[in-house]
Amino acid sequence: MSEHQEHEHHIVSPKVYATILLALLVGTALTVWASYIDLGILNPIIALGIACTKATLVVLFFMHVKYSSKLTKLTVGAGVFTFMILVGMTLADYFTRAWGRW
Amino acid sequence: MSDSPAIAHGAADSAVHEHPPYQRHHFATMAQQNDATNFAMWLFLLTEIMFFGGLFTAYLIYRNWYYPAFVAGSHQLSIPLGGLNTLLLITSSFTMAMGVWCAETRRKSGLVLCLTLTFILGLGFLGIKTIEYSEKIEKHHVPGFHYSLQSFLDPASDPAAKAAGDKPMALDMARHTEVYFSLYFAMTGMHALHMIIGIGILGFMIFRARAGAYTTGHVTFVENFGLYWHFVDIIWIFLFPLLYLISRHQ
Amino acid sequence: MSDTIVVLPDQRTARIPKTNYLTKENGLLSWLLTGDHKRIAILYLISITCFFFVGGALAGLIRLELLTPQSDLMATDTYNKVFTMHGVVMIFLFLVPSVPATLGNFFIPMMIGAKDLALPKVNLLSWYLYMVGGILVLYTMVSGGVDTGWTFTTPLSTHYVNTNVLSTGLAVFVAGFSSIFTGLNFIVTIHKMRAPGMTWFRMPLFVWAHYAASILMVLGTPVLAIAIVLVALERTIGIGVFDPTKGGDPLLFQHLFWFYSHPAVYIMILPGMGVISETISTFSRKRVFGYTAVAFSSVAIAVFGFFVWAHHMFIMGISNYSVLIFSLLTMLVAVPSAIKIFNWTFTLYKGSITFETPMLYTFGFMGLFTIGGLTGVFLGTSGTDIHLTETYFIVAHFHFVMVGGMLMAFLAGIHFWWPKMTGRMYPEKISQLAAVVTFIGFNLTFFPQFILGTLGMPRRYASYPPEFQILNVFSTAGATILGVGYLLPVLYLTWSLKYGAIAGNNPWQATGLEWQTQSPPLTENFVELPIMDHEAYDYDWLERQKEKEVASVG
Ligand SMILES: [Cu+2]
Repeated sequence: MSEHQEHEHHIVSPKVYATILLALLVGTALTVWASYIDLGILNPIIALGIACTKATLVVLFFMHVKYSSKLTKLTVGAGVFTFMILVGMTLADYFTRAWGRW
Repeated sequence: MSDSPAIAHGAADSAVHEHPPYQRHHFATMAQQNDATNFAMWLFLLTEIMFFGGLFTAYLIYRNWYYPAFVAGSHQLSIPLGGLNTLLLITSSFTMAMGVWCAETRRKSGLVLCLTLTFILGLGFLGIKTIEYSEKIEKHHVPGFHYSLQSFLDPASDPAAKAAGDKPMALDMARHTEVYFSLYFAMTGMHALHMIIGIGILGFMIFRARAGAYTTGHVTFVENFGLYWHFVDIIWIFLFPLLYLISRHQ
Repeated sequence: MSDTIVVLPDQRTARIPKTNYLTKENGLLSWLLTGDHKRIAILYLISITCFFFVGGALAGLIRLELLTPQSDLMATDTYNKVFTMHGVVMIFLFLVPSVPATLGNFFIPMMIGAKDLALPKVNLLSWYLYMVGGILVLYTMVSGGVDTGWTFTTPLSTHYVNTNVLSTGLAVFVAGFSSIFTGLNFIVTIHKMRAPGMTWFRMPLFVWAHYAASILMVLGTPVLAIAIVLVALERTIGIGVFDPTKGGDPLLFQHLFWFYSHPAVYIMILPGMGVISETISTFSRKRVFGYTAVAFSSVAIAVFGFFVWAHHMFIMGISNYSVLIFSLLTMLVAVPSAIKIFNWTFTLYKGSITFETPMLYTFGFMGLFTIGGLTGVFLGTSGTDIHLTETYFIVAHFHFVMVGGMLMAFLAGIHFWWPKMTGRMYPEKISQLAAVVTFIGFNLTFFPQFILGTLGMPRRYASYPPEFQILNVFSTAGATILGVGYLLPVLYLTWSLKYGAIAGNNPWQATGLEWQTQSPPLTENFVELPIMDHEAYDYDWLERQKEKEVASVG
């Protein structure tokens, strides 16, 4: 018999949801504000960093992944991983094209 | 090793069962059915990640190639409108999450209220998107249809470009703004399409929720739809900085 | 030692069970609205076979045209359309759904002891999507065809051809979603629907192979979908994502296309490998050697498969460094395939091998797939690829893998499970003949193409220099034989539906759960939920079961 019954349904309280909403709104304000400051190469990094943080919050709390089974976590991980392969390896080709021939 | 609930549920005790009406015959338990549909929804979202993945790849490549054109293109978008849309969508995600909570705690009127709010917020998002699109159509910024370079060759003639302090671009780079707008329309269009589908399903759910569905303990449909809605929200969380906020300081 | 393991019930008294999934309900609607995975598998089997012969007829036209060096049978642009439609039909409407949608659909739930797939309605939906895709392809064909090649390479497909790219693209898009839903359904079913005691490492390797292929379907196909959407937008309203005159990069299309289409070859071959694991074990009466290694090699193929796509683009203008990396990674993906071949060979070693038809096809698979796989290494090596790519060498390579590999495996599986699906045996002698004819015809058709390729005959041309004619004549002659080899099963399998010997539950003495129930099975598969209390391919357990049965009956 398996003990880890993943469907011990965890009900997330409205308080948590409200906190996340607040965090998301703050994140949105931050990202708009940051885009007006000239930080050079840091600009896109900050923008993407904030976006990733917001997305993670949504996935973990609104989508309940924090309270879900390992399988769900693995599924999310697999999606991100394959996405990274697609983006990463394609971009690698474009960047190395600029290096020219050896 | 056993993530199959059927294992926990031995065959011995399968003799007499009270099946709730919404349990499908080929599942041993309700928990197994809920687990399976939830997992299926997640797998569907995986395909969505990869679907948008192709667009994000294209975006990243061309942004690196034609950075000035992307900056000038992004200056044509309105941060107030885009920001407002972000607010609407994030709030709709919150109301959706609250809707799931209402369903779980069997609050019928709360559920109807939350779904209706989500519905309205989603419609609001699409309304603002329509305003943005029609502005692009007026300015001939839709790729393919008599695409006009005027805002980029002569920024002084364009209020948005002027406000952002754009300098006139070389014709060669200015033409690449069309790539930016191609991606803008492909990405936001694909996102809007997902919103429209979501709003359609929301309408159906409001109708059902008023009849008392989802608040009798069987909440998987609301839950799984919530996953979809949050996913659409996440896509927008990335689209907003990537398309609107490339660089506002130049 | 007997030369056959077939055990049939006494034909004078044996009857097909009165209630089974075929007789449960009657009428066309009971089929078109069914949720039963077995009935959907049959729907798929019929439609896939039809499309196979459409694609086969087109292949016949190609070989007929290539009989002579000039383009005399058809105009050159008609030839372009014929080979394009051949590719589209065979890949998207036959190879991708072939084993998963028919045999996988039918047997995955039975093998893991479930009553049905997790999402029966989605399963039916994917059949309808498949049919919509198929009908769109047929529409394309009658309304003038398409001549981009099955790869839809931009900017040819977006700017330079005036044929039906849109309807074909839509067909591929829709058929793609059919395959996504099939894969999704399999993954959920394998995770959530296993019977008590059916742990991951007790599952038949057929299920493992489908699990790996399903991962590829779910993660790869959407990228193809978005690539096609962008092509359609480019063609209709002229957005600039792939258009070099607007600053787009046509190679990006190929990146996206091959990100799906390389894993797609594993979508096509992995389920076939699953079939081979079952037949090899059953007809050598041994547990598959290195069960765990074979299981993990399936998953390894799925994972590595995502890292190698640019080997289709070595000469297209990707960077030197990418060529290097992708070439190395391609070598890596050969390893798990080799693991499988070696383990199957070790399974045969000291086994009690018998030569029923499924086993003959299996041997065909092992030989031809090995050749196909090894020539793939030549093509993955960037140096030789520059010489060999876009020649008949590559045509021969993927036909060895897909036709010699997958089609052989499909036929092995169809013959192997025919008694279970229909309750009747196919005729043994003529089917053995068909297997041998197929093997001879196949080699005669495609082996000369390796030589043609190394000599430099380019693919996708209707005419060629006269010195290549002899080998082409061989190839066309072989195709004729091959055609006979494929027609025979249709005839005798149809015949066997009425006149075949009654098969009984387990004619092959196989160990899978699907064999421990009546043939054809009940709609709910099992009388009572099975409990898995032994390892996969445990022939001693089967012996004990039989003794128990004899003891309780006699
Ligand atoms: Cu490949």
